[in-house]
Amino acid sequence: MQTLDLQEIGLRQVNETLHAQADNTNQTAWEIVNPKGAHAIACGLNAPIEVSVMGSTGYYCAGMNQQATVNIKGSAGPGTGENIMSGKIVIDGDASQYLGATGHGGMIVVKGNASSRCGISMKGVNIVVQGNIGHMSAFMGQSGNLVVCGDAGDALGDSCYEARFFVRGSVKSLGADCVKKEMRPEHLELLQKLLDEAGIDADPQEFTRYGSARNLYNFDVDNAAAY
Amino acid sequence: MCGIVGLFLKDKSLEAELGNLLTDMLITMTDRGPDSAGIAIYGSETPGKVKYTVQSASPEADFAGLAEDLSKELASEVSVTVNSTHAVLHVDSQTAGGVRNALAAVRPNVRMMSRGETLEIYKEVGLPKDVASQFAISNMSGTHGIGHTRMATESAVTTMGAHPFNTGDDQCLVHNGSLSNHNSLRRKLRREGIHIETENDTEVGAAYLTWKMREGATLGEALESSLDDLDGFFTFVVGTKDGFGVVRDPIACKPAVMAETDQYVAFGSEYRALVNLPGIEHARVWEPEPATVYFWSHDSSPTTTEKAA
Repeated sequence: MQTLDLQEIGLRQVNETLHAQADNTNQTAWEIVNPKGAHAIACGLNAPIEVSVMGSTGYYCAGMNQQATVNIKGSAGPGTGENIMSGKIVIDGDASQYLGATGHGGMIVVKGNASSRCGISMKGVNIVVQGNIGHMSAFMGQSGNLVVCGDAGDALGDSCYEARFFVRGSVKSLGADCVKKEMRPEHLELLQKLLDEAGIDADPQEFTRYGSARNLYNFDVDNAAAY
Repeated sequence: MCGIVGLFLKDKSLEAELGNLLTDMLITMTDRGPDSAGIAIYGSETPGKVKYTVQSASPEADFAGLAEDLSKELASEVSVTVNSTHAVLHVDSQTAGGVRNALAAVRPNVRMMSRGETLEIYKEVGLPKDVASQFAISNMSGTHGIGHTRMATESAVTTMGAHPFNTGDDQCLVHNGSLSNHNSLRRKLRREGIHIETENDTEVGAAYLTWKMREGATLGEALESSLDDLDGFFTFVVGTKDGFGVVRDPIACKPAVMAETDQYVAFGSEYRALVNLPGIEHARVWEPEPATVYFWSHDSSPTTTEKAA
């Protein structure tokens, strides 16, 4: 295990050290101590390494992640995992707004709650939240899956495309063109796989699936108010 | 952007540290807005007296002989404590109503920052570290306080455009965000006789709360109706003599983090601002909900009022 003290060596040195790890690095286990809410910790990683951030983080932690696993041993600030391409981010506490925005792949797990705009414009990332999520989550979600073991806030999935949403609790309101959908066997199977991957024990049967009604795909003057 | 910090102490043993803790929190938020900075401190109170914090661009000239001139004008003893470009006037509460006019008569260039029994507001153009050291904020003690560092978007970078804004006796407001209907609201409030000094959007927010409360609303009610009447983005932190409150607009894109322990309730635009507070590792840390008014007071237990967005 390699330990990097962020207060001692600074953010740039921490990130440069992690960026220097190649695909075949032998130093696969890293620990960042004293994060103290700093911005952009472990951003832009691209190697099969596992990084544990020992505390809460600020804006954009693990943004643009590829291959790496980033564990945040605290709560995460706005924009965590933004544009994640692959790999995994696990947040022990809560996540602030726009978690995993525009994420193309990989997985983000939140053990607490995620706030507003979780998974906004998601493009393939899988997000699993053990608690609740805030308003406008998965706005314009294009693909990928958002799993919520608690409740969802207002306007879930507004103007979404082909992203899927599985919510166990209540949904305060659905966004424009987002509707409740039937849970077919393939969805139960997919959800079980996502929950297993996230390490969360929940029964897929208790979830409801939501997704796009596909009414806003093409302009129709009758829908003008909904655009 | 803008940076906000707030600290409400439950543990009296921390009161001597208030200025120091707030200064550290505010300096951490410097890169959210380096234009101007300000701090509202709820400190000591003298029974029968009201404190006015005033500011002057030429303090040597304006504050010399100010106590004598004001005492004479008001026909009542006024004492003055000068702190750099600011001064605190201690006035008998019987005669306090005439201070604004008296001040305008004897020192027309001196600006009023705040009025209250415990509240003092210090604010200037500059970085938080410079403003804090200019007024030796670190040495101040008190029960609670609010700080702000500004990145100006809606109006000029001036002392009067800096936050916090005094909204009524012992009340103040800081703001992260921008109000888009401040021009029309300013015209309306001026027609209602509310004094608005600048073209600043936040001052209109503050004046709105003052007006609502003048019309009989409690601060909590005024904050709730602000969700209907103010158009734009805001995270507000308000201070009162007994406590402080937080409200975010329904969109809630301006960040906010809160922490609570047995010793304090703290607010920061980011978690970074809170990391040096005592016992933060074990604090309950959370993000305040949108369109929800939170309030902590020394007089009563915490309250939360949710209003439908």
